[in-house]
Amino acid sequence: MSNVQPPITPDEIAAIIGTNTNNVFTTMLGLDVQAGPFDAASKLTEEDGKVVCLVSFTGKWNGSGSISCSGPLACAISGKLLMSEYETVNDDVLDAMGEMANMIIGNFKDEAAAALGALSLGTPTVIYGNNFQTRNWNGQSWIAVPFCCEGERFEVKICLVPSQDRNAK
Amino acid sequence: MALDVLIVDDSAAIRKILHRVLAQTDIALGDVLEAGDGVEALAVMESRKIGLVLSDINMPNMDGLQFLTSVRAKPEWNSIPVIMITTEGSQEKVMDAVQRGAQGYVRKPFTAEQIKEKISSCLGAQ
Repeated sequence: MSNVQPPITPDEIAAIIGTNTNNVFTTMLGLDVQAGPFDAASKLTEEDGKVVCLVSFTGKWNGSGSISCSGPLACAISGKLLMSEYETVNDDVLDAMGEMANMIIGNFKDEAAAALGALSLGTPTVIYGNNFQTRNWNGQSWIAVPFCCEGERFEVKICLVPSQDRNAK
Repeated sequence: MALDVLIVDDSAAIRKILHRVLAQTDIALGDVLEAGDGVEALAVMESRKIGLVLSDINMPNMDGLQFLTSVRAKPEWNSIPVIMITTEGSQEKVMDAVQRGAQGYVRKPFTAEQIKEKISSCLGAQ
């Protein structure tokens, strides 16, 4: 696990996540969500019946971002985004949640670039299932920010690690 | 004359949303065609006369900026309005897209009104 700390504090990361996530929800879904207290030491997460979307980013700092929520909340979010109704998690829901992750993590990396330098975004990976765990390689902590949406928990997480060429000119 | 529009995005969700927004505009809309990346988009443009392109930037196979360069390199496509719709919000990316010939740039997340205004502005400028 790296001891090198990024040039941005967990409070600043959580604030950027809070602002950008709210912006995506209000603009695309017409829903207002507010961030709850963040956890700067989130590691292993047990997932059951959840949709989890992961997006990597690379640059002088590498990392990944994720969004996660229950299947029913993913259906509700996707329904508002696509103006359709979904009772079960299907391809449309997985694709819509991938796009939500793309927008939330994409906006995060643009805002964080002022401190971290330019970052490139990967393609979202979307997982839906029961009884699985998510953790970072080498036990690296996430900064996890919870939101309350339609009475359920929606979580956004960011993990940052220094890249090997971080000091390259 | 009805305008055929090409939406280029690897996200089916965004293609669906833009399809809906286009239907709400007051432009005389012909067919709305879709492509999942720049390679597919160029193939569509070879087979159809497109009047407006809405394109993402981050896509597999050929990204939106490479696609835009290919479009502008072909004289018969040079005047087709291309609007970039993307999560990429850095000034460098915006400038790059404009220098390659994008007429408009909208950052995700977007409202339907922002897309409609950008389309009106681009088509009105022709």
